[in-house]
Amino acid sequence: MADGLINLTIDGAPVSVPPGTLVIEAAKQAGVLVPHYCYHPGLPVAGVCRMCLVEIEKAPKLQIACATTVTEGMVVKTQAPAAKDARQSVLEFLLINHPLDCPICDQAGECELQDFVFQEGQPGTRYGEFAKRFNPVEDFGPDVLYVPNRCILCTRCVRFMEDVAKEPVLNVSERGDRAFIGIHPEARLDHPWAGNVVDLCPVGSLLSKDFLHKARAWELDKTASICTGCSQGCNITLDTRDEVVVRVRPRPNLDINRYFICDHGRMHYRWMNRGDRIEAPLVKKDGGLHATDWDEAFARVLAILRGASGKAVALVSPGASSEALAATKRLLSGFSWTGAFQVVMGEEAPLSGVPNLALRAERAPNAKGAEQLGYTRDYAQALAAAKSAAVVLVLDEPDCAVETDGALIYAGTVLGEDAACRRAEVVLPIANVAEEEGTFTNLDGREQRYYQAKPAPGMAQPAAWVLGQLAQEMGLAEVQ
Amino acid sequence: MGYPHKSHPKETVVLSQYFGDADARTFKGWTKRGGYEALAQSLKMDPVAVTDVVKESGLRGRGGAGFPTGLKWSFMPKEKKRPHYLCVNADESEPGTFKDREIMRWTPHALLEGTAIAAHAIRAEVAYIYIRGEFTEPWTIMERALAEANAADVFGDITIHLHRGAGAYICGEETALMNSIEGKRGNPRIKPPFPAAAGLFGLPTTINNVETLAAVPHIIKRGAAWYKALSLSNPKSTGTKLFSVCGHVQRPGNYEVTMGFPLKDLLYDMCGGPPPGRTFKACIPGGSSVPILTREETEACLLDYEGVVASGSMLGSGGVIVFDDSADMVYQIMRLARFYAHESCAQCTQCREGTAWTTKIMERILAGQGKPKDLDLLLDLSENMTGKTICVLSDSCAAPIVSGIKKFRGEFEAYLAGKRQPVMVG
Repeated sequence: MADGLINLTIDGAPVSVPPGTLVIEAAKQAGVLVPHYCYHPGLPVAGVCRMCLVEIEKAPKLQIACATTVTEGMVVKTQAPAAKDARQSVLEFLLINHPLDCPICDQAGECELQDFVFQEGQPGTRYGEFAKRFNPVEDFGPDVLYVPNRCILCTRCVRFMEDVAKEPVLNVSERGDRAFIGIHPEARLDHPWAGNVVDLCPVGSLLSKDFLHKARAWELDKTASICTGCSQGCNITLDTRDEVVVRVRPRPNLDINRYFICDHGRMHYRWMNRGDRIEAPLVKKDGGLHATDWDEAFARVLAILRGASGKAVALVSPGASSEALAATKRLLSGFSWTGAFQVVMGEEAPLSGVPNLALRAERAPNAKGAEQLGYTRDYAQALAAAKSAAVVLVLDEPDCAVETDGALIYAGTVLGEDAACRRAEVVLPIANVAEEEGTFTNLDGREQRYYQAKPAPGMAQPAAWVLGQLAQEMGLAEVQ
Repeated sequence: MGYPHKSHPKETVVLSQYFGDADARTFKGWTKRGGYEALAQSLKMDPVAVTDVVKESGLRGRGGAGFPTGLKWSFMPKEKKRPHYLCVNADESEPGTFKDREIMRWTPHALLEGTAIAAHAIRAEVAYIYIRGEFTEPWTIMERALAEANAADVFGDITIHLHRGAGAYICGEETALMNSIEGKRGNPRIKPPFPAAAGLFGLPTTINNVETLAAVPHIIKRGAAWYKALSLSNPKSTGTKLFSVCGHVQRPGNYEVTMGFPLKDLLYDMCGGPPPGRTFKACIPGGSSVPILTREETEACLLDYEGVVASGSMLGSGGVIVFDDSADMVYQIMRLARFYAHESCAQCTQCREGTAWTTKIMERILAGQGKPKDLDLLLDLSENMTGKTICVLSDSCAAPIVSGIKKFRGEFEAYLAGKRQPVMVG
C-alpha cells in the first residue's frame, strides 16, 4: 500500500485513497456506485437526500457515504440489509410525490430516479389514493423550465447557483412536503452558465427548452468532442439522433471545465447541422463553378500549385483542426507563404466558483494551435498580401473578403451566394467539426482530440485529408 | 413558585424563586437579590476553573439532550486561535414546553448572568441569545434587561446580542439556529463538524439552553457540591429542573423540583390531579418529541434523565403534556404528526415526505377511512424515519406514533373497525 494513503474495505474490496476522501468517492475506486441524488463531486456536500446510507462497521447507525470521510481500517458495506432497506425506503418516500410521467419526460432513460428504483426499489407503492403534490411548471430562464412535480429537492441546482455560479437566485421555498425550488421574484435564471442546472438535475425537473421533446435519451448517440464556442476548450459530448446533433453536454475534465459548460457553448451546435453545405468539389468552367469529382478537383489544384511560384497566402479559420492547419502549411511550403487567421471576439463570462474557467472573449477553439503552427493574427496584412500573391488558399472562411490577382483555392463547408470565394478556381468541400476527427489547442496550450459524431454530407472530406492528400501528391515533406 | 400559583411545599425553588416578582426583573432589583455576584466571582477565575466547577456540579443540558454542560464547554479548543462564540438557545418551541419563557419573563438577568459566565468559561467574546419569534413579552423584557446590564458594564469584554427568531420550530435545533443567526435558511447542518470545531460563522461555538445557563450562577455562588446534592435518585442527574405541565390537570404551570422527583407527585400533588371526575390516561413527559407514557408508567416514573428512560420515554425539555380519559389519543397523535409535517425543514427525504405521509394516514384513520394495514404501515414508516436523517425532527414525529400505537392500539383499532364516530379534520 502506498504511503500516506488510507486503507479501507468496501464491499469486501480493499481500496487505498488519500486522506479526506469521502466514502462515496472511495467506493467508486472499488467499482461500487453508491446510489445518491444530492451528492455531486462538483458541488459542496449537502447530505440531504439520505440515499447513500451505508453500513460502516463499528458505527452506531447507518452513515451517509457522501459526508463520511474515510478512516484507516474502515469496513463499508453498501449491500448490508439495513442499508438496502434504508435506501429502498428513501426511494419509496421520493416516489410518493413523483408523478411517474416518465413516458412524457425528457429525462427518461437518463434519470437517476428511474435507474435506482429499477436497481433497488420496490414494485408498487403503499401511498395509496392520496393525491400527489402539484405545482405548475415555472419558466426559470431563457433555457430552463422547472417542473416542480418531478422535483426531489436534492438542491443541486441551488448549490450550483450559490456556490459555483455565485449568483444565488434559486432557493428552497416553503417547508415540509410543500417545499419547492424557488427563484428570486425579480431574477431570471439567465446567468451565462445557468444551463448546467439542467445537467445537474438528477430527474426531469429542470429541463432545457432547447432540448424539449427533441429526442428520447436512448435514441441518442454520444461522441466525445471539444467545444468550439471559445478558446477554453471545454470537453463536451455531442448527442446525435439520426445523424443530427441535437444536444451538447459537458464531459467532465477536472483540469479544464470540471463538470460544466457555458450556455454559449451549449447552444453552439445548430450550425453543425446546416443543410446548405458544399457537397461536391467545384471547379471553375466557363466563368462559373461546376460540380465535379475529387480527381478533377485535385488535378486542378495540383496544376495551379505546380504552375505557380513566389508568394502564397493562407487565410484560415481558427476553428480548423491543427491537422488541417498543418496540412495547409505543408501544401504551401514550396512558396514564400504567409498564414493568418482572425478571431471573433465577445464578452468574457467566467464561472466564478471554478478557477481558470470562463467563456473566453476569443470565440474560437484553435487560435492557439494556429499560432503555434506559425499563423499570424495580422489578418488585414495577409488580406492585403493576398492581392499580389500567386496562390491564395482560404480554409473555411466563408465570409472572407479575399481579392487576388493569383489563383484562389477555397476549402470550405459552405459558400454563400455573394461570397468572395465564389471567384475561386477550385472549391473543395470539407467536413465540419462534428464530421471529423481532429485536435484543438486551447488557450493554455493543451492539445485535445475530438471525434467524429456524424458523417459529412455528400462528397465532403476532412480538410486535413484533402489538403494532406494534395501535399502528398506534390511530394512535400510533412510539417514538424 | 409555580407561577401564577403559589409555590408548592414540595418544590425546590432555585431558578423560579423570583417568578412573579416584578422587582427581580430590574437590574437594581436583581443585584439587591445577590445577582451578578457569581459573574464578578467568575470573571476573576480562570475559565478552566469555572468549567471545572460546572463539570463537578453534574449540570446537564436542559434543552432536551441532557449532555453534561461542563464537558461540552471543555470541548472548545484549548488554544484559542480564532474567535469563540456562545449561542443561547431561547427558541423554546417544543410543544408543551414553556419554562424558558418564564425564566426570561421574570429573571432575565439570571439568563444574562449565566450567559456571561459561560462566555467567560469558553473564552467567547460574543454571545448570541436566540429568542423565539413569538416570545414578544420575553423579548421586550430581555431587551430592557440587557440595556440595563450594559449600562452597568457588568459583562467585562463580553458582548451579548439578542437575536429574534422568525417562528420556525426547527431553529431550536442547534445548527439550524446557527444558520438562522447567520441569516441563512434555518436548516440543520450535517455533523461533524460539531459546533465546538465549526459552529457559528464556522468558528468554535458552544450552544446552551436558557435553563441550563440560568442555573450556572447558582452553581458558581453556592458550589458544585450543593448543586450535586440536589438529587433524589441518580447521581448522574443533579440539580433542579423546571417542568412545564399542561393539558388535563387542575393547575397547569411551571414547577421546579429536584432531579428524581416522582412524576406522580408532580401531577397529583402540585398540579392537583385530573379535572374532577376524570382519571389520567397518558402523559408525554419531555415535550412532544418523546414517547408517550401510559398512566401506569407515568405513576411509576421518576423525573430525571435515567428515570424517564427507564419508564420508556425521555426527560427531554421537561414539557409535561397530560391526557385524561376524555382524550382521543388518535386525534392527539395526529395533531403531533401534523405539527412535525408542518415544521419539517424539507432537507431530508424521510422527514419531508414521511412526516406528511404519516399525517395523511392519521387523518384517514380519524376520518373512518383507515385501512387494515395502516397501523403496520405507520410503524414501518416510523422505522424508516428513525435514525436516518440529519436532525431528529423525523425521529420526533415517529416517537409518538410508535408509542401511541403500542400503548393505545385499541383506540386506533376502534377507528379502523368503524366503532368510533369519525372525526373530520382538515
